Amino acid sequence: MSEAARTRLNYAGVAIALAFLILAPLEFHRYGIYILSQWAVMTIAAIGLNLTLGYAGQVSLAQGAFVGIGAYCAAILTTQGWPLIAAIALALVLCFVIGWLLGYPALRVQHHYLAFVTLAFSTLAFLVFRNESWLTNGTEGIDGVPRPTVLGLSTTPHLYYYYFCLFMLALVTLATLGLVRSPWGRAFIALRENPLRALSLGVDTRRYILMAFAIGSALGGLAGALYAPLVGLVEPPAFTLTLSLNLLMMVIVGGSGYFLGPFLGGLVAVLLPEWLRVVDNYYLILYALLVMGLLIYSPTGLIGIVDRFLVDRRTRAASAARAAASASIERP
Amino acid sequence: MANFVALLIAGLATGALYALVAVGFTLLWQTSQTINFAQGEFVMLPAFFMLAAMHAGLPFWAAILVGLALSVAILGFAFKRLLVDPMLRHGVLPLAIATMALSTFLKESVKTFYSAEASPFPSIAPDAYLHLFGLSVSWQNIVVLGVAIAAVVALQFLLQRTRTGRQMQAAAQNPTVARILGVPVERMILYTFLINGALVALASLLISPIYLAKFSNGDTLGLAAFIAAIVGGFNQIRGAIVGGLLLGIVDNLSAAYISTQYRGAIPLCLLIVIILFRPNGLLGRAEERTV
Repeated sequence: MSEAARTRLNYAGVAIALAFLILAPLEFHRYGIYILSQWAVMTIAAIGLNLTLGYAGQVSLAQGAFVGIGAYCAAILTTQGWPLIAAIALALVLCFVIGWLLGYPALRVQHHYLAFVTLAFSTLAFLVFRNESWLTNGTEGIDGVPRPTVLGLSTTPHLYYYYFCLFMLALVTLATLGLVRSPWGRAFIALRENPLRALSLGVDTRRYILMAFAIGSALGGLAGALYAPLVGLVEPPAFTLTLSLNLLMMVIVGGSGYFLGPFLGGLVAVLLPEWLRVVDNYYLILYALLVMGLLIYSPTGLIGIVDRFLVDRRTRAASAARAAASASIERP
Repeated sequence: MANFVALLIAGLATGALYALVAVGFTLLWQTSQTINFAQGEFVMLPAFFMLAAMHAGLPFWAAILVGLALSVAILGFAFKRLLVDPMLRHGVLPLAIATMALSTFLKESVKTFYSAEASPFPSIAPDAYLHLFGLSVSWQNIVVLGVAIAAVVALQFLLQRTRTGRQMQAAAQNPTVARILGVPVERMILYTFLINGALVALASLLISPIYLAKFSNGDTLGLAAFIAAIVGGFNQIRGAIVGGLLLGIVDNLSAAYISTQYRGAIPLCLLIVIILFRPNGLLGRAEERTV
């Protein structure tokens, strides 16, 4: 396949996926649209984590906490009468700053120690959500988070809010695509692949590590700010370590470090359990088995399967071409 | 003061349990870079093996043996062969995620196929208090401490004094050189999984009478083991023991004297300080980096 043909194929794939995302909900019932909106929101958070973990190689178990911070920002501000856009701005800035600060331990410790520090942060954030009632209304949570009005249109119907989330996801996708293709994205990958070498080549690893955390966390905050109006109720149990681990799973199962990974991982983490509900009580058991099976079959995630398939085809095409070439040499 | 000592002993007993679980966790990491997020569920499960064996009519001691054997076979052998082996070469994270899925699988299976309720579990310790120097200490805590210490000492003896133990250490420290020197590295890795299976069965036997046997028992325990292992240094068995004991004591004391609301967070914050000042854990060695 030539370069141009592959680009055309990519565009076709994106167009089909986009058409599906825009048209499919028209046929869905309310709950289906709700779940699809949840997919869009969680994918934004996973894209953020994929930047931190997949591209820059910094393990974080705190992405769920940032989603929580964003959600509380939105819940507190919008129930006080502020517009959602203000809440989104605050969530982005707040999570960016906290993410930046959380990056400091990462300058000192790596891998499982970093996992531990972020895990502790996650636990602490949950306890603050639960215990600081004056701000977060404690265990009861904040109910009745209003949906925003966009372009003069109320997004109270699930379908309209879904399109709003999809639009935000598209914005995030384009921005991230720009980021990973810029020198910044290359610097992130250099950090992941070989921090010492990156440092010796003049990459300011310190700044990029902090940036990787800050940007990834800000996207988590954005996802949270979109999550609050979607669900309507913001309460502490939604943002425990389980959410962070789930987001981590989305990134790994989709394909860590691949741009499309979080989108596919989101399918597995958000939609697959819903599809499996046909088997009733057994759905979580079946779900866990499927995830294990997938990882055993392809440890690089869903993208890994596609990748392996493409590489296989390319090698076969190349060896066929080689065989043809050598045959034509033998018989001039 | 008496209260403080009682809390300290209770903390030590909890910590000894954490240590037991954390030692297994560390062993798996050392030999095969497995971060087992299902370790908590591994401790939850053997109690149900034992309960099922007792339902089948076996006496308690026989049920314990059956539980131990099943635990070694399933949580040791089958876990390694079916889940760890195929993923070993592909880095730490996919395997860690797979063990997370495994933990969900085990938890939900017990909930669905056994019971969602907590089941009472017989204790190997008498239900009484020991009165000593004006202190009353429950036999439960004493037995937990005693058994955990005995298990750890036995393990240390195995690792330090026997030929197999030394081979296991060699396989953990430098698999390539160990292989050249004729150590059957694969078998040594398998041994650590079997030992882990036995350790979690023991922990299950000790902890289930206290918390009752319930499918969700593993949640806090797995996390505690993970934290204890990290604080202790991850690549040191002694570290896991110190980390476990420290976590148990700090947890109990901070809940009593500082704040119950932030019970979960105080040990974590203290331990973060330790991590930041000693980035390789309390007793850890720096792991080599390849450039």
